[in-house]
Amino acid sequence: MTLNRRDFLKVSGAGAAAALTGCATTASSARPHVVVVGAGFGGATCAKYLRQWGPNIDVTLIEPNDKFVSCPISNWVLGGLRTMDDITHGYDNLPRHGIKMVKDSVVAIDPAKRFVKTRSGASIAYDRLVLAPGIEILTGTVKGFNEAETTGKVVHAWKAGPQTALLRKQLEAMPDGGTFVMSVPAAPYRCPPGPYERACMVANYFKQAKPKSKIILLDGNPDVVSKKPLFTDAWNPLYPGMVDYRPNNAPLAVDGSKMTVTTEFDDVRGDVLNVVPRQRAGELCAMAGARNDSAGNWCAVNFTTFESTTVPNVHIIGDSVLSSLPKSGHMATNMAKICAAAIVELLAGRQPDPIPVVANTCYSATSSSTSGYVANVYRFEAGKGYVSAPEGGATPKGDALNFTYNESWAKNIWAEVLS
Amino acid sequence: MTKKITLAIVGLAGLALSGIAGAADIHTQSIASTCMSCHGPGGKSQGAIPSLAGLDKEYFVKSMKDFKAGTRAASIMKRHANGYTDAEVEAMAAYFAGLK
Repeated sequence: MTLNRRDFLKVSGAGAAAALTGCATTASSARPHVVVVGAGFGGATCAKYLRQWGPNIDVTLIEPNDKFVSCPISNWVLGGLRTMDDITHGYDNLPRHGIKMVKDSVVAIDPAKRFVKTRSGASIAYDRLVLAPGIEILTGTVKGFNEAETTGKVVHAWKAGPQTALLRKQLEAMPDGGTFVMSVPAAPYRCPPGPYERACMVANYFKQAKPKSKIILLDGNPDVVSKKPLFTDAWNPLYPGMVDYRPNNAPLAVDGSKMTVTTEFDDVRGDVLNVVPRQRAGELCAMAGARNDSAGNWCAVNFTTFESTTVPNVHIIGDSVLSSLPKSGHMATNMAKICAAAIVELLAGRQPDPIPVVANTCYSATSSSTSGYVANVYRFEAGKGYVSAPEGGATPKGDALNFTYNESWAKNIWAEVLS
Repeated sequence: MTKKITLAIVGLAGLALSGIAGAADIHTQSIASTCMSCHGPGGKSQGAIPSLAGLDKEYFVKSMKDFKAGTRAASIMKRHANGYTDAEVEAMAAYFAGLK
């Protein structure tokens, strides 16, 4: 579908028209237009709540993919507990909220004139723009990764989708007695407990299907980044001798022909290699000039509105945000609500909530019947950012009850984001 | 009791001013919505996590206080309950009691 400027004006109403002519107002007669880019946990939720809380706001949600593929629970696919179908969901319900879905990619952003340009050539004007691109994976930081990825020899599978399915196939094809080598990127990265849950899920699969196999976890960090007692407790009694954890072992290079990962210390050979390079805020943020921390990697935002500290009318939510908040799908979903509430207030000329409170909940499975969690409530304090309330934290041990909550959590958050 | 009456008045004022939401209302709406990421859209859950929609207000408040105090056995909820003030818990309780 291609919307040219004139077509877009026909469908989007006076708010967008005002923005295009450079005189956007929040006059009561105008319908303000918010464009949300990226329909993952953050973006889809933001679009939905903008419509729910601001029925007078026109919302356009731009997303290139046909389906939502969930990163949470994608490790369960690698472990054989779930299929790709289980983590793949349609966007069919979102238009029912009055969200205009546009299947396209944004290729340029003009924050001064307030419009985005899409791959198909459409210019879409906005009063406020929400960017929810997730992460950009810095594949060039591991020598040889791009070549190995192109040939399908080595994947990161850190964005759920075809690479998840491919990695599962590689694990299935691996002979018993083989070695799975996985690398953990230096923090900050998407889903802090994710690599360690992945090791548990693969170990669970090996224990059942190929018990002589080994897992080597090359961690670019000095220690387990998240839920350490939970995971180390799982590796030892549940999978004795199977997981070889090596801290301070960032991958420098990967070779898809020799099947080796090179660290500062040695060349580690494996039968299946899963290298997860370092990450930064999604490319969309750079297009808007909002990847504005000192290294140009992450996006500093005003924490009551999630508006960029440097680019007016552009809000950033989810993994791309520079903050103490964890980069999780759950957190993106909840940031989206704070952001949507703030945008509704701003467009109505009112003051947003000055003391937002946002919670994170993250379950990780340690086997096919046990999970643990980490949970924190973060309260915004002026001058300090989001401060974690006391007694937040993680379970030291996985159990069956939390596995049932983990399953229920996934169903509920998918419904919350997409229905 | 005083707190409850104050909240009730704030709530009524919010209704009376229809559309001009006070800070307390937006705040409650936002924090209640973040509960739904686990407890399901509209507070209606699928699976083991309990639903919150239509829950008795007093039961909600007592549960959160007990989670906080550690007098009710909890998995994740002690971590969450500790993060909210008594006034926020009261306001959330009223919000979820009103969802059908």
